Amino acid sequence: MTAAATLPTWNPLSLWYSDGWTVTKRNLIKIKRSPDMLVFAVVQPIMFVLLFSQVYAGAISVQGTDYVQFLMAGIFAQTVVFGSTFSGSAMAQDLKEGIIDRFRSLPMSSSAVLIGRTNSDLVLNTISMVIMMLTGLLVGWRVNSSVSEFLAGVGLLLLFSYSFSWVMALLGMSVKTPEVINNASFLILFPLTFISNAFVPSDTLPTPLRVFAEWNPVSSLVQAARELFGNEGTAPVPDIWTMQNPILTVLIGITVMLVLFVPLCIRKFASISSR
Amino acid sequence: MNIIEASGLTKVYRSKSGPVHALAGLDLSVPRGTVKALLGPNGAGKTTVVKMLTTLIRPDSGTAYVDGIDVVADPKGVRRVIGVSGQYAAVDENLTGFENLEMVGRLYHLGGAESRRRAQELIDLFELTAAGNRPVKGFSGGMRRRIDLAGALVINPKVLFLDEPTTGLDPRSRIALWAVIKRLVADGTTVLLTTQYLEEADQLSDDIVVIDDGRVIAEGTSDQLKAQIGGHRLVVALVESGDGPAAQEILARYGAGEPMVTSDGRGLEVAVIDGPRALQQVLAALGAADIRLHDAGMRRPTLDDVFLKLTGHKADQTADVAADAELEKAK
Repeated sequence: MTAAATLPTWNPLSLWYSDGWTVTKRNLIKIKRSPDMLVFAVVQPIMFVLLFSQVYAGAISVQGTDYVQFLMAGIFAQTVVFGSTFSGSAMAQDLKEGIIDRFRSLPMSSSAVLIGRTNSDLVLNTISMVIMMLTGLLVGWRVNSSVSEFLAGVGLLLLFSYSFSWVMALLGMSVKTPEVINNASFLILFPLTFISNAFVPSDTLPTPLRVFAEWNPVSSLVQAARELFGNEGTAPVPDIWTMQNPILTVLIGITVMLVLFVPLCIRKFASISSR
Repeated sequence: MNIIEASGLTKVYRSKSGPVHALAGLDLSVPRGTVKALLGPNGAGKTTVVKMLTTLIRPDSGTAYVDGIDVVADPKGVRRVIGVSGQYAAVDENLTGFENLEMVGRLYHLGGAESRRRAQELIDLFELTAAGNRPVKGFSGGMRRRIDLAGALVINPKVLFLDEPTTGLDPRSRIALWAVIKRLVADGTTVLLTTQYLEEADQLSDDIVVIDDGRVIAEGTSDQLKAQIGGHRLVVALVESGDGPAAQEILARYGAGEPMVTSDGRGLEVAVIDGPRALQQVLAALGAADIRLHDAGMRRPTLDDVFLKLTGHKADQTADVAADAELEKAK
């Protein structure tokens, strides 16, 4: 009967770290035990790389480089964007199953569930990324930049996916069923990733789509990754600030997402309950 | 001293068909070391009370203290001293029983070694040893509830909240879970329990609070409530509906209160205080009057009987389902 009275009082920072890690570990076990999630993380990226590199390589020409070099940054960007939606559907799923009520009735750090969610999804995205890179190397993709540029490119993609996870987590807490997230991501993310420079040079698109693609934040992400991996070819970059300064644009985007959505998520989490 | 003290709790959910008053000024106090049952039909507000006291939702108005800690001002303080187990077993399907309990221990900040030790102790206590190392996914409903209940006991909480602990369980699992809860209660843990079953409240609690439409409508020990509604019910079924009036007169003589008659005139029912004795007397009298019976017996009072007596209306299930759907939409 005395355990309740003798709970240790930890300092907030170590508590935050330890709670976040406990939830991360729980999510990782979950991923390990759900074959469908591993398929999503491993098989899907392989399929995308092989499909696009083998099917479209002959049909699409890119100035100054071959299609596989051009394609890979696009697939990386698309995969991290879609990978982040998992944070949303997983939050919605936890809410539906009632485990969120358990978490909220424990004296844990109020951001730990969200930290754990976004951390474990970052792990999942990193796995996808490594698999994609290996598959890419197999079909002829090469990095033509320095090691530090390469690492900066990987870091930028993962950081983007991490911050986008927070956006999706807020969505996941706001919808009634996990299915809504999956449907919404198809409706919004497919156009967003396909009407961009990810798979074709944007100057080949009809005017309205071209304008959309040039201003599309996904295009900036793709352009930044292409430049950092040395895969950009010789085609002129559209004369738009975001495309001329893609790395800075992506960094600003990441900052804005984190500054806005981390506090919004924590606030939302404090008031949700499964029933 | 009361370990739970709540007064004037209100909560209104907005819905398309207007506001739904989940709680309309509810007062509640639970003395330390006792077991109190909140008894009421679906949609009466039981779960809303538990969610407020466990800091999951905030009251619109009113105050609530658990172990002297304000649930609104210091939710984390409250969470450090309570354990919660709900109607919808809040366990992670993909983790094993052991992993679930260890995780809860870590989130109470017991540390790794102590969390593992306590998890194993609870697995043994709840006789889940065989299943402790398999993902919860494959567990039966009763075993999930046991894991969930174990999760609420990781710290030996000062107050244990059990929200409809046996709803949806088969009778055997229900009785097994009751045995577990009774053991805990014998150790002196304060428990606030919600239930739709009078029998469950009767089995487990010292004191019962009956709630309806977000308000307390009666309070007392199980015996006091039963005295109000007249303990057992004596039921007879006549062969000839023509014997109705004579039988009714006999039931009125030995029962407590007015007998009720079914619409076909052949089924009669009356509340009785000393059940077996009343049954003997009634059967003897009916026999002496040469009234033939299809069936005769006693039944325990149900929530419906309590409600009929206290509110004049039945704990109507269909209305509650509608009210629940309403609440669901409102959220």
